[in-house]
Amino acid sequence: MKPFTYERATSASAAAAAAADNPGAKFIAGGTNLLDLMKLQIEAPSHLIDVNGLDLDKIEPTQDGGLRIGALVRNTDLAADKRVRKDYGLLSRALLAGASGQLRNKATTAGNLLQRTRCPYFYDTNQPCNKRQPGSGCSAIGGVTRQLAVIGSSDACIATNPSDMAVAMRALDAMVETIDPAGAARRIPVADFHRLPGDTPQVETALQPGELITAVTLPKPVGGKQIYHKVRDRASYAFALISVAAVVQPDGSGRVAVGGVAHKPWRVEAAEGEMPHGAKAVAEKLLAGAKPTDENAFKLPLVERTLAAVLAEARA
Amino acid sequence: MKFDTPATTNPIDQLKVVGKGYTRIDGPMKTTGTAPYAYERHDVVDNPAYGYVLGSAIAKGKITSMDLDAAKGAPGVIIIVTADNAGKLGKGKLNTAHLLGGPAIEHYHQAVALVVAQTFEQARSAAALIRVSYQEDQGTYDLAAAKNIAPVAKDEPDAKSATSVGDFAGAFAAAPVKLDATYTTPDHSHSMMEPFASMAAWTGNKVTIWTSNQLIHSSTEDVAATLNLPNDNVRLISPFIGGGFGGKLFIRSDVILAALGARAAGQPVKVTLQRPLIPNNTTHRASTIQRIRIGALADGHITAIGHEGWSGNLPEGRPETAVMQTRLLYAGANRMTATRLATLDLPEGNAMRAPGEAPGLMALEIAMDEIADKLGMDPVQFRILNDTQVDPEKPSRPYSRRALVECLKMGADKFGWAKRGAPGKTVDGRWLVGMGMAAGFRNSMVKKSGAKVYLDGKGDITVETDMTDIGTGTYTILAQTAAEMMGVGLHQVVVRLGDSTYPVSPGSGGQFGASNSTSGVYAACLKLREAVAQKLGFKSDDTMFADGRVTSGSRSAALADAAGEVGLQAEDAIEYGDLDKKYQESTFAGHFVEAAVNSYTGEIRVRRMLAVCAAGRILNPKTARSQVIGAMTMGVGAALMEELAVDTRRGFFVNHDLAGYEVPVHADIPHQDVIFLDETDPIANPMKAKGVGELGLCGVAAAVANAVYNATGVRVRDYPITLDKYLTRLPAVA
Ligand SMILES: Cc1cc2nc3c(=O)[nH]c(=O)nc-3n(C[C@H](O)[C@H](O)[C@H](O)COP(=O)(O)OP(=O)(O)OC[C@H]3O[C@@H](n4cnc5c(N)ncnc54)[C@H](O)[C@@H]3O)c2cc1C
Ligand code: SF4
Repeated sequence: MKPFTYERATSASAAAAAAADNPGAKFIAGGTNLLDLMKLQIEAPSHLIDVNGLDLDKIEPTQDGGLRIGALVRNTDLAADKRVRKDYGLLSRALLAGASGQLRNKATTAGNLLQRTRCPYFYDTNQPCNKRQPGSGCSAIGGVTRQLAVIGSSDACIATNPSDMAVAMRALDAMVETIDPAGAARRIPVADFHRLPGDTPQVETALQPGELITAVTLPKPVGGKQIYHKVRDRASYAFALISVAAVVQPDGSGRVAVGGVAHKPWRVEAAEGEMPHGAKAVAEKLLAGAKPTDENAFKLPLVERTLAAVLAEARA
Repeated sequence: MKFDTPATTNPIDQLKVVGKGYTRIDGPMKTTGTAPYAYERHDVVDNPAYGYVLGSAIAKGKITSMDLDAAKGAPGVIIIVTADNAGKLGKGKLNTAHLLGGPAIEHYHQAVALVVAQTFEQARSAAALIRVSYQEDQGTYDLAAAKNIAPVAKDEPDAKSATSVGDFAGAFAAAPVKLDATYTTPDHSHSMMEPFASMAAWTGNKVTIWTSNQLIHSSTEDVAATLNLPNDNVRLISPFIGGGFGGKLFIRSDVILAALGARAAGQPVKVTLQRPLIPNNTTHRASTIQRIRIGALADGHITAIGHEGWSGNLPEGRPETAVMQTRLLYAGANRMTATRLATLDLPEGNAMRAPGEAPGLMALEIAMDEIADKLGMDPVQFRILNDTQVDPEKPSRPYSRRALVECLKMGADKFGWAKRGAPGKTVDGRWLVGMGMAAGFRNSMVKKSGAKVYLDGKGDITVETDMTDIGTGTYTILAQTAAEMMGVGLHQVVVRLGDSTYPVSPGSGGQFGASNSTSGVYAACLKLREAVAQKLGFKSDDTMFADGRVTSGSRSAALADAAGEVGLQAEDAIEYGDLDKKYQESTFAGHFVEAAVNSYTGEIRVRRMLAVCAAGRILNPKTARSQVIGAMTMGVGAALMEELAVDTRRGFFVNHDLAGYEVPVHADIPHQDVIFLDETDPIANPMKAKGVGELGLCGVAAAVANAVYNATGVRVRDYPITLDKYLTRLPAVA
């Protein structure tokens, strides 16, 4: 860990402005991802702006019948919120499938959206990694890839986004609200928030330098059966091999987003038209163009079979 | 005391204290944080400096240059130790690779520098400023690729690397029912809770090291050999250990670097290995490839059994002896085993809980299930049919006590084995459900063990031995032994462990700790009883010790009275004759598992587990049960998730932290039951006890694997059994 300076932000706009003034600065919320990375010097901010004191920890109804979730709402509180459990069960289930109780008590909505990949080579600073050290190469390609991406990857990076929450938010068409150093607010659809790696895997989101997330909003409830099925190597406290987030309406139509397969939560709206025709039809369109490795090719049938389980559960 | 004839009735048989399920006497200290670990010994050294270990970035080659300037100038840095300034170092007998590398690099994350600074954070931050240039050599990292040129290993002291009885090839060829299958087990990491940690302080040319170590005596000698010191100049202290699983049988780089750092810094230094360094810096259980051939008659009798094992290690390293149990476990006139060892440049393979048997039974007990299936026999019946009461290689040599059949029968009965269905046929909603079983087998080794016992004026007893308690309950069973022998209550016994100035024990390993160290305390207590009788002027042969009193005929005195002003003390060791040559001494279990497999996703959930164990006298059923359920948990890990993933291009374990190396969590562990057969083994030792800590693991993973097969009808021969290995072989879903 490198020595760093620290301040407590007093307002959202002041936090964003402070970040612009300190090019090496990072925001710190729960710290459950950032601090681990700082200890390994994968992140080495020269300045930390603590946003925990900002008044961004409320869940409030929006004008159009949706919910506005403050950036600092803890994962535990979000999952337990009565409105979320009633109208956005998918989100609650996805959150509870992630990390552990202790971590969820600290983890925040914004921090969760911005958590970094779990590619093991990203974590080992002896190994080349384009995401950690742009231009150094990707050690994962040709190496141990069982957990890594099967679709949307590039020759520069085959990492996945590890968030469970983000997969549910993608299926629910959430919107990320931010404020920039100049004090301007904007709204970014979650679909456009995370990026594919391309040639710049170090650039993971649409956020500009210094831009602070203030909230995530959910549109008005979509109803249906909301199921999150996370498949992993042990029963709890592990990142997904793959996960399926689905909203299934009584007529069999619905939405589906998949985690653990790409650099971002994976959703292909065109594939959703196939939902009444079953998992195979959906998976074919959803995963068209997939380029798995020998080690992770199993993720393709796994997505299909997990989606079949989800559809069966929705019918039951 | 020499133990060379089977035990007869002795004071332990009273079972007033021994055999009772006392809660661990160190438990309250553990749960209140008053049992300090090595890294926390601020009571003995205040203000130690902190060391941080830098590991090699390559697996094989040499360091061409090291730039330490920036690190030396970083805030708080006191000194940096490297091979350049450490002086000439030797190597411990139990170490394969050097604990401080450079210029030659023998494996990934081999320690190449220790940064000593005022604070941990300063040391860590400075370590990142060291620039090391390497010349990388091409190494061999892939066991499967190296297998075909791997020679037969050198014989181990009590394990021949090639054995043959009768005509295996002929009998196998002629057998009407045959199995010839190959199984693999991956590299495993011990992943104990307490990381490796040591604190060292020098006085002149003598060093005291507070550490976390399972085998104090050999480790003390290995520290001396590495630092080129006389044994007497090294003192190791390790009273509390947060788990070891075999990883702490040896000294590791924390020990030597703490000592070198403290010497160079001129002040005490403490070092803990950071978690992501541990899997590659320390030892691991080596992966194996195992070929098993079994030939049987149509009636189920085995006529030929052959087991060949391959593993890899660094030059001079030892093999994983996965075939050894196959020499002993089942009958069969024609047999062979072979242990082959490839040279690999991966980190050092070495002992992990039940070395040999744990991976060996993972393969053998699937093979037994497979051939039972081919024979159309129930796997429990098949094992019972092929039971042997003698060493099958040497039929004149009986087992001291072998109750495997009883374990299997009782287990089948209690588990409801009769309800097991045909493979793939039991359905519970979206789950396919199956039952599996395996035999458990682990030898019981005899080792010399010493202890000193003191009686004081209050009638209290103190026991000292360099034995260790790695969380197993050693403190408690040694206290029970002394209390039984001296006729006092458990609360009147104090046990002191883990100090190299105490009498030598075999330490905690190979499940030999409990039986031998309690026998050592037994021996010392016999001597103390004699001293007491003599002091009181009683005849020693009819003197009784009970309720704090000593009675001989019509004479009786308080035990405390014998202590006098200065107290009494006695020291002795248990030593063994050749009973273990005349008899085969082993422990046995029947493991039963019910597992459910999600018919869509292939996710596996273990539902129930039962172990029935026959291990001689159970000294404390509560601590023994804890050992067995912990081992069963580890068996679930081995079956379903544990694997160090090898990067065969760069030669290292990639998932080298506890996020990437998965071990079971609570949600993976269902209902567990343990039954101990009520038995004694008087041939084993005066306690008539054997060990359970490794028995509880041996066979478990295969029982899980067999349950998965019974659930799905799909056989997986490569551990861990993760869904990618069978998903597409499950029935199609809509
Ligand atoms: C052992 C372990 C297991 C885990 N398992 C899972 C799992 O199974 N599934 C899962 O989904 N997650 C898992 N996680 C990840 C966990 O969900 C994240 O660590 C957590 O959500 C991050 O939130 P935080 O508030 O602690 O973020 P921090 O660590 O504080 O910050 C993370 C990043 O977000 C930035 N940031 C924080 N707030 C803002 C803001 N308002 N605006 C702009 N940038 C901001 C920070 O600068 C930093 O870059 C696991 C984590 C651990 C340690
Ligand atoms: S996959 Fe991405 S994160 Fe992993 S090593 Fe390659 S570039 Fe780095």
